[in-house]
Amino acid sequence: MERLELKHIFSWLHDLLVSTGLGEPWLSVVTYLMLGAMMFGALSVIALFLVWWERKISAHVQQRFGPMRNGWHGWYQTIMDAIKLLQKEDVRVTNRDKFVFFWAPVICFVAAFLAYIVIPFGDGLIVADFNIGILYIMAVTTFTIISLLMAGWGSNNKYALLGGMRSAAQMVSYEIPMVASILVVIVYSGSLSMVDIVESQSGMIFNWFIFKLPFGPIAFITYIIAATAEANRVPFDLPEAEHELVAGFNIEYSGMKFAMFFLAEFVNMFTVSAIAVTLFFGGWNGWLLPSWLWFLGKTLLVVLLLMLFRWSYPRLRVDQLMEFAWKFLVPLTFANLLVGAAFKYLGWYW
Amino acid sequence: MAEHASVGIMFWILAIVVVVSGFLVVSLRNIFHCALFLMLCLTAVAGIFITLDAEFLAVAQVLIYVGAVSVLMIFAIMLTRDLADKQIPQTNKHAMLAFLGCTAFVLGIILVLSGTDMWRWAKTPLPVENVMTIGKLLMTKYVLPFEVISILLVAAMIGAIVLARKEKA
Repeated sequence: MERLELKHIFSWLHDLLVSTGLGEPWLSVVTYLMLGAMMFGALSVIALFLVWWERKISAHVQQRFGPMRNGWHGWYQTIMDAIKLLQKEDVRVTNRDKFVFFWAPVICFVAAFLAYIVIPFGDGLIVADFNIGILYIMAVTTFTIISLLMAGWGSNNKYALLGGMRSAAQMVSYEIPMVASILVVIVYSGSLSMVDIVESQSGMIFNWFIFKLPFGPIAFITYIIAATAEANRVPFDLPEAEHELVAGFNIEYSGMKFAMFFLAEFVNMFTVSAIAVTLFFGGWNGWLLPSWLWFLGKTLLVVLLLMLFRWSYPRLRVDQLMEFAWKFLVPLTFANLLVGAAFKYLGWYW
Repeated sequence: MAEHASVGIMFWILAIVVVVSGFLVVSLRNIFHCALFLMLCLTAVAGIFITLDAEFLAVAQVLIYVGAVSVLMIFAIMLTRDLADKQIPQTNKHAMLAFLGCTAFVLGIILVLSGTDMWRWAKTPLPVENVMTIGKLLMTKYVLPFEVISILLVAAMIGAIVLARKEKA
């Protein structure tokens, strides 16, 4: 049975574009601009939805209702919030570092979207399949770290500075276990390309990497812990620990600039979940339903997991956070990588 | 990719970014801005690697130079006391001399390299599995330099830890 795949719609759109008789440099330019606009639109909608979902889940975890006023169970609450933030005054502190203060939210926002160039949303639904895909994602998270450092420095505020430094220290530390747990997957798929990784998990559900015992589940658990830290979420949200740092790196930001940090945070959460699905849950592989729906559904389930973390666990102390990363996660992930590589070498896998 | 006209345009844009930001790194008086422009410069160099089809090199450049080295520099700046609003001149009375020396060095490099053929674009297409080739070479042909560099880095790390450790009273 032919499934309704978005790639057919895209190839139809591409044919339509070609039929207008556009020459080559412009054809690529228009194609990529359209792709960028579509990606931006889709991700903005996803981020807005995640904000609403987070509020609903937090409310139900705490036996409240959450937003209920705007539409069915408050479904357009976040849209109203976004409109409100757009109209707000852009408060600019006098002693800020003008150049750094201005560019920090911009870089944060752009960096959040950069990873989506290589994320396969479905069968044939990928902007560019680099043969170094997963490494590319690791590289672009660097810019998020830099933007947080810039925000902390540019605000000229001790809380912001502390928040920015904490977040950078945390992201740099947790990047190592994250890469080490991803490497186990790469050892098995034999490729850094996201499409190849997904295709190596096709077929049965037991081909999904999470079911590759015993290292698969360990790699997933270490990945999801490190990813929670990378996305600066509870229990690793020290950069914005309210009772210590008021709001952390974004304390001096208001209006649209704050909205950019806020949206980037939710886009980042979706990114780490999408990577988890691609690496461990077979990406777009599924039955009957279109592949992009499988991908979206699986990703939203991982997002749900991250959200439940947030509303179940208390925040770590900063020294505990560092100790956990360096004394527990790093040795564990490296041992897991060694075991995984040994199993691969001996051929003890399916 | 290399023969496409848009790659040439990209190269010039990136080259201008590299040169301008590189100049700003050595001329600005706010040291935090200098560090940021260093990052921009290194990122643009990574962009040039991409126009040359060396994606792995580009990603490694961003991961190591921007993500690790420059972030470390920013940490050092942030942890240094009373540096926030300082205007630190980067030159002393030998500025002109240094400028002349550097210019002579660059001209010398250009003179030497333009005589040879090794800096031109490779005529043969690169292997698709770039990463695999690099990995294999590192583990076979270049295994000795690779291991020596690793030992050097470990030694440097241990040295830094020893230097930074508090003396027990």
